[in-house]
Amino acid sequence: MAKTYEEINDKISKGKAVVLTAEEVSELAKTLSPKEIAQKVDVVTTATFGAMCSSGAFLNFGHPTPGIRMEKIELNGVRVCGGLAAVDTYVGATDCNPERPAYGGAHIIEELVAGKEIVLEAWGKGTDDYPRRHIKTLITKDSINEAYLYNPRNAYQNYNVAVNSTNEIKHTYMGTLLPQLRNAAYSTAGELSPLINDPECRTIGLGTRIFLCGTEGYVAWNGTQFHSTREVNEHGIPVTNARTLAVVGDLKQMSTDFLRAAYYEKYGVSLFVGLGIPIPVLDEDLAHRVSIRNEQIETTISDYGDGYKILGRTNYAALRSGEIEIQGRKVRTAPVSSLAKAREIADILKSWITNGKFTLSAPVRPMPTNTSVKPLTVRGFEDETGI
Amino acid sequence: MTQKMILNFPAGISGTPITYELIRVHDVKVNILKAEIQPGQIGSLLVELEGDQEKLEKAKQFLISNGVRVSPVSSKVSYDEKRCINCGNCVSACFSGALTIGAPDWKLHFNPEKCIACKLCLTACPQKLFRIEFSTIN
Ligand code: SF4
Ligand code: SF4
Repeated sequence: MAKTYEEINDKISKGKAVVLTAEEVSELAKTLSPKEIAQKVDVVTTATFGAMCSSGAFLNFGHPTPGIRMEKIELNGVRVCGGLAAVDTYVGATDCNPERPAYGGAHIIEELVAGKEIVLEAWGKGTDDYPRRHIKTLITKDSINEAYLYNPRNAYQNYNVAVNSTNEIKHTYMGTLLPQLRNAAYSTAGELSPLINDPECRTIGLGTRIFLCGTEGYVAWNGTQFHSTREVNEHGIPVTNARTLAVVGDLKQMSTDFLRAAYYEKYGVSLFVGLGIPIPVLDEDLAHRVSIRNEQIETTISDYGDGYKILGRTNYAALRSGEIEIQGRKVRTAPVSSLAKAREIADILKSWITNGKFTLSAPVRPMPTNTSVKPLTVRGFEDETGI
Repeated sequence: MTQKMILNFPAGISGTPITYELIRVHDVKVNILKAEIQPGQIGSLLVELEGDQEKLEKAKQFLISNGVRVSPVSSKVSYDEKRCINCGNCVSACFSGALTIGAPDWKLHFNPEKCIACKLCLTACPQKLFRIEFSTIN
């Protein structure tokens, strides 16, 4: 018998919902059938805590007197978007001043969340209604109007394992890759990862209420580079980077426990984002999906030293064992996203739901199907790569 | 007397002829505690040098003049545990096995005894939480 969102929410508000984390349900699935799980369990919480470069925050500073049409804006010396009306901006996580590459948008966002003061400096040409040409002042998250995180591409459904076959260290967004396959870096939270537990996005769509960096947030749209037609394995899991989510939430309510700036050596700034998604166990099919185990989740090994050449396939049970085999060689593995934090998030979300504080929202529009990702081709101009 | 130190070899020079020369020309006993070297690449040796003080000093000078970075082993690596998010980036870089992460808790563990002071964790940590302090040896 299928359950409805209403029935589950009713149970939640009465404090009677049975909520498990995705790891707990995978454990339970060793002894119970999907049918039994569908009867017993109402909600499964999933989570991830990793660096997600495609993140950022919209801010509205409020109007000073006399007014200014901010056309060039800097926050703590970092140039941010000046293309949004008079006193709005978007701070991209990877925004930075090239002269100080280790500090950027993500750090500003973390400091805002922490309640710290940020230096705002802006310039305008001066207009009839906004005569001011310059302003320099201090702001905090409480002194400004809106501050919300809007991340165009988070929560990647699966991700490549990164290795490096060259003779030199490679500094990448997957961390330090040692020469000659001396390490393999993986970033997905395996059986706890949100889009792995609902691989076809049956319950995750526009408007899905989620945990975002310590507070509630929402799925705003399909993420950019949303790829719904990747090859899947026998368990229905895409074997490489596939779907993504655009998410939104109130920055003022967030916590630096679940949002952190990152700097990758010789690469750039990024933002660690903590994300948790509840999955309603509406029927047997979903019960089966959320029961997925690490050994059933496969991913692709990619050589970041050699044009992302594919070197094989592995699974998350092997990756977590600390060693995998690549082309007959034993290679040490390590994560580059935090499973400890992801577990914390899944537990918090579980307690919110169990305590009746957090109900589930059905998608107002499902995620797109039949999408793939286009490359960018150079046309109309000579390809001057500057490499 | 004996002195423990870490020798960091730049790319292009191999450790073998240098350690050979240490023994043959400089007459110090070289005990390699840990080696992480591949021909033509950056490598590290954790060594114990044994000899009288003068010979040790000359041996050190010889190493430095050959482009080897000599660090006294009392160099102490530490990190800010409070800010650590247990992401694993430092573990990924740490080939000596001093930094580990894994089941059941998936939290960072540091075994200073295995540290060869290669400093890779200093750059690998996305929050720059690592510090290295060197104590000076006269
Ligand atoms: S310096 Fe850091 S990376 Fe190098 S061995 Fe020590 S702990 Fe590991
Ligand atoms: S890289 Fe930094 S934040 Fe990540 S586990 Fe290591 S010390 Fe902690």
